[in-house]
Amino acid sequence: MAAGAQTGSEYIKHHLTNWTFGKDPSDGVWKIAETAQQAQEMGFYAIHLDSMGWSVALGFIFILLFSFVGKKATTGVPGGLQNSIEIIIEFIDTNVKDTFSHTNKLIAPMALTAFVWVLLMNLMDLVPVDFIPQIATFIGVNFYDMDPHHVYFKIVPTTDPNVTMGMSLSVFFLALFYSVKNKGVGGFVGELTLHPFTSKNFLIKLILIPINLFLEGVSLLAKPISHGLRLFGNLYAGEMIFILIALLPLYAQWTLSVPWAIFHILVIVLQAFIFMVLMVVYMNMAHDTGDH
Amino acid sequence: MNINLTLIGQAISFAIFVWFCMKYVWPPITSALDQRKKTISDGLSAAELGQQALEKAKIEVDSKISEAKSEAKNIVSMAEKRQGDILDEANVKAAEETSKKLKLAEQEVEQLAMRLKESLKKDVSKLVVEGAEMILKKEIDKQVHDKAIKDLVTKI
Repeated sequence: MAAGAQTGSEYIKHHLTNWTFGKDPSDGVWKIAETAQQAQEMGFYAIHLDSMGWSVALGFIFILLFSFVGKKATTGVPGGLQNSIEIIIEFIDTNVKDTFSHTNKLIAPMALTAFVWVLLMNLMDLVPVDFIPQIATFIGVNFYDMDPHHVYFKIVPTTDPNVTMGMSLSVFFLALFYSVKNKGVGGFVGELTLHPFTSKNFLIKLILIPINLFLEGVSLLAKPISHGLRLFGNLYAGEMIFILIALLPLYAQWTLSVPWAIFHILVIVLQAFIFMVLMVVYMNMAHDTGDH
Repeated sequence: MNINLTLIGQAISFAIFVWFCMKYVWPPITSALDQRKKTISDGLSAAELGQQALEKAKIEVDSKISEAKSEAKNIVSMAEKRQGDILDEANVKAAEETSKKLKLAEQEVEQLAMRLKESLKKDVSKLVVEGAEMILKKEIDKQVHDKAIKDLVTKI
């Protein structure tokens, strides 16, 4: 633990605060938040520079690596890199084919992007919790005259609900778009209002509409929220435990951090996989017509 | 844990990355995979065809070999027969030739014998005459003796 004069709870809180750039409500000036309090007050008109930076950088790593392989892809005997990329592609392809029973050229590339990108973002969790933030603090203090306690730097984008919800809401709106496109407005509204309770009597059917709408509405809205928060929650908890382990004396940390990191490898891959599969499942539901 | 513009930023970057992936990552790699799959299946079917062709060729080779064997046997037996014929012919010819030569030799021998007889006759008669002359010169009248010798010569 390199917290210096910080108490344990201050250390944790410091580690859970993003590097925020936003509009200060008191004077309306866009600036970097100096405290967690200030970041909180900035409300919606703020952006987490660390989350965005890392997620975009990791996204670029994914895109550059895969398009590099795609450009040099040979139909002959593949090399080591192409082979491993192909394994991932085929894994995604079989999963998408198993779950998604319609034709849409967008789904498989989207699943691939989501899987690899989320996996890379999750992988940042395995970098020791203080490693990069300490470098950031060093740079901030020495080059920008910042208070070390005001340098906030979170390196795992998926422990930021904005990131996970941003993706899950994109999927949600895309699913809404495809629902309306494939089922028509009437079909989509009918799906929301005429199920699960139905009746042959027109009057009872009319009475059941609000009940159905409530139930279906809840389940509809629960999908993107659970989709995003599941990923966020798992990674946030993992990060939290790494931070707690980092509070131990230096000689004892490895006894807990090593087993947790090994276990966390499983969580990282599993959560990326679940995120990808749920995305495909929701897209499949948006394409399913005629079942009702 | 503030919900803020990061949400929208992330959604936008997600859309961009998905678009990029759909355009530049997914198609080349999957087409390479499909093409390789096709190449492999083509190769496998070609190998199967080759195997079948090989089996056919083996059968053909076997039949050709047995054909050739029987032909060779035929040729050998024909040759044997021909050899016998030639030998017989040669034997006959040789026998003819020898008999011819034998006859010729016999004739020659006969002629020789005749000639010898003749010359011998002459020699003997000469000798007899000479002998008789020698004897007669001494004592006998030539005329009487000539008559006797003539008789002798005719007798011989």
